[in-house]
Amino acid sequence: MLSIGLGHYLTLAAIIFTIGVVGIFLNRKNVIVILMSIELILLAVNINLVAFSIFINDLSGQIFTLFILTVAAAEAAIGLAIIVVYFRNSDTIRVEEIKNLKG
Amino acid sequence: MIAHSVFFYIFSLIAIVSAVMVTVSKNTVHSVFFLILDFISISCLFIMIGAEFLGMIMLIVYVGAVAVLFLFVVMMLNVAEQKGQWFSSRWDGGTHIPVGLLVSLIIFFELIIVIGGWKYKPDLLNSLSINVSNEVTNTRSIGNVLYTDYILLFQISGMILLVAMIGAIVLTYRERAGVKRQSYVKQISRERDEGVDLVDAERNKGVKIDA
Repeated sequence: MLSIGLGHYLTLAAIIFTIGVVGIFLNRKNVIVILMSIELILLAVNINLVAFSIFINDLSGQIFTLFILTVAAAEAAIGLAIIVVYFRNSDTIRVEEIKNLKG
Repeated sequence: MIAHSVFFYIFSLIAIVSAVMVTVSKNTVHSVFFLILDFISISCLFIMIGAEFLGMIMLIVYVGAVAVLFLFVVMMLNVAEQKGQWFSSRWDGGTHIPVGLLVSLIIFFELIIVIGGWKYKPDLLNSLSINVSNEVTNTRSIGNVLYTDYILLFQISGMILLVAMIGAIVLTYRERAGVKRQSYVKQISRERDEGVDLVDAERNKGVKIDA
């Protein structure tokens, strides 16, 4: 309990990942919160990669975390741009009212 | 060692609580602030574990850029006032809440099972590609491999950022009517005949300009 090992970090990442998935499932507010949940999921993946990288003494995990960070930033920018365009066209980003695809 | 574990528990508790608050808070601006708190505590964990370069990059990129972008969009779209709609379920009769919780619980237990397998067989991964040496710092060792072995991925990630930037601009670009703007082609291709007009001025009459 007192010595922090790999399992602690992996458990933390699993908890944050699950919270992100719950946020995507249960959200009925607006799409921006869903994007934030996706950021939480990517954060959990980053925690996993860094923890493995430190505990097995391999630097590749940190390099890949850097690239995941890049892609996450690009994804956030594009997603927010799409949300801005959608809000401009239809005046709402509430999840209940976005049903153009009849899903 | 005890201080290390105490700090780990403090930071991970802050991270988990703020992740929950990102999901459940009614105001979207509060969600963004809790997201920032989450990123800060996770980057503290990264610095504690020894990946200080990534911790600092997390602070700069996420807190300094991504979260501010979220905040900017939330405030620009004025969606922060849609309060009192916490998990409202008039859409499908509320069946999505137990189903979503069940699926998330299953995902969580699957992840825990994976972690258990890692603990029972710790020599599962023994192929080291890049060893971490203790002589150079974390930032320096990342730089050593990032610009040599991973230069192609590095440049591709730069291209991804460029494409994302252009895509965001193209998506949100809107042509407005009545905005005066510069036309280089018109300026460069202007001839002398269009611009200069020679008029014979008579005495005491002045020149009438019919422009």
